[in-house]
Amino acid sequence: MNVVVCVKLVPDPNTPGELEPGTLRLRRDLADSVLDPGDEYAVEAALRLVEAHGGEVRVVSMGPERALDAIRKALAMGAARGVLVSDDALRGSDALTTAKVLAAAIRREPVDLVITATESTDGYTGVVPQALAELLGLPAVTFATAVSSDGSGLTVTRQDEGGSATIAATLPCLLAVTAGVNQPRYPSLRGIMGARSKPLERLTPEDLGLSGVGGAGAGQTMVSVTPAEQRGAGEVVEDDGQGAHRIVELLARVRVI
Amino acid sequence: MALGPVWVFAELSQGRPSGGALELLTKARTLDAEAVEAVCLGPAAREAAAELGRHGATTVYLSTDAAFDDLLLGGPAADTLAPLVVTGKPELILFPGTHAGRDVAGRLAAKLDVPVIANGLDIDAAGAITVTSSIFGATQVVRTEFGAGRPALALFRPRSFSAAPGGSAEPRLVEVPAVVEERHRRARVVDRSSEVAAGPKLEDALVVVSGGRGLQAPENFALLREVAELLHGAVGASRAVVDAGWVPYALQVGQTGKTVKPTVYIACGISGAMQHTVGMKGAQQIVAINRDPQAPIFKLADLGIVGDALKVLRELADELRARSG
Repeated sequence: MNVVVCVKLVPDPNTPGELEPGTLRLRRDLADSVLDPGDEYAVEAALRLVEAHGGEVRVVSMGPERALDAIRKALAMGAARGVLVSDDALRGSDALTTAKVLAAAIRREPVDLVITATESTDGYTGVVPQALAELLGLPAVTFATAVSSDGSGLTVTRQDEGGSATIAATLPCLLAVTAGVNQPRYPSLRGIMGARSKPLERLTPEDLGLSGVGGAGAGQTMVSVTPAEQRGAGEVVEDDGQGAHRIVELLARVRVI
Repeated sequence: MALGPVWVFAELSQGRPSGGALELLTKARTLDAEAVEAVCLGPAAREAAAELGRHGATTVYLSTDAAFDDLLLGGPAADTLAPLVVTGKPELILFPGTHAGRDVAGRLAAKLDVPVIANGLDIDAAGAITVTSSIFGATQVVRTEFGAGRPALALFRPRSFSAAPGGSAEPRLVEVPAVVEERHRRARVVDRSSEVAAGPKLEDALVVVSGGRGLQAPENFALLREVAELLHGAVGASRAVVDAGWVPYALQVGQTGKTVKPTVYIACGISGAMQHTVGMKGAQQIVAINRDPQAPIFKLADLGIVGDALKVLRELADELRARSG
């Protein structure tokens, strides 16, 4: 089973994000950028399928030069090869452009399964997996919370707002996984050392036959960013045995009891 | 007329139009569009049409094909919408930002090569079509303008607008052919299960009592349920405890879960990560109980109690029982 996982380098979600004042784009030059934690579940899901059924895991990313770090982490976890599509023109790409670039990079070789996270932690539009599936001509099973395989197909538990559904899918297809689908492994020291010698290819949009993509090609423009209205600071008290009573008073005041 | 036809992708939920569909139709009526029309795909589409009409759809494009239920909605819905868009020429299509809404809109954007903006909270079409959304845990408000591609596709977080009837006439019903490309039949729904909790729905409850890691163990959610019941409210949860398998995803409040706007939101043992606060900061009153006085949730709270959530919940249950008793 040949599996491609799409990964992204994102600002560490534990530190506040920042925009460039002039362009209103996310600053991606900050020191603390990491493999998107959501992508670790996708990498783990791919590794488990390949370990059980053979094949290899290829990692594809679009991003700045530094996104090599995200790919290297996936390689350290156990992926076999990586591809980074990088170009200044891709800065400010919207969801559809991102999907086009990833699709072009994936299409270069036959693939049985494409795995993505549900959404990136920074941009979180949450529509790249679906757009990617469409461009690749694949059915998509999204919002997966559990995955198993007999080697030729997948059985997936897919969550939705009201519950869940069991989906039976045959390959090739695209799978978008949620956090919680598995417990991603930590790269071993051996894995980290080994990752340095794994093939890592770097491409530009031109290499993929893409032109006019990126910020300039985006069908949307951010026009303003302003601080959200802040909630007025409330009262914080130490629980001195009256905490529950204070809550009851509040509930009574707003007439829900 | 500032705007050509505006369509709403009217998702069905248990045989009825989803809350999101009605919210979006209500908003669409205010956009000074040439027409407000709905697209409704699924076995219950015909029965749902009247309610869509009451909320402002003058035309309902519908198909009751079983494929929309037997398969995942994204593929077949996008395949069916694509030729419809060519003939109906909507300028803008509004989608609920649900799982299915995202599946359909993402695919349709790629199919038509048009832009899609997600996580919308508001929309304004007096000039350029501009969608308001928030980033960085809802601390910053962003306005994004659509470029030239049409139709513009926009997804909105549930509860961004309030649904209110306002259409008057019976909508015109237009039966459309279901288009289902063969590849989509490779992924079939073989079983569905719903998480139906007693009491009001999480999205509709006036009081939401939510729990996080601070509850220490899954069985302590029973106490949360007891308090929620005493308040005729619903139980919510943070992503951390859903990912840990303590409670089902249907209870998750936050960026990747539900958005709730209750009168009172009681966060118990929830630190207040941005992922969570995005889904609850619209509550009228926020109560937080947490051991850690530095927990970010206290920055949002109207009333913050620094203490053991389990102890406070037990006392709260006792006092509420005494009042009702």
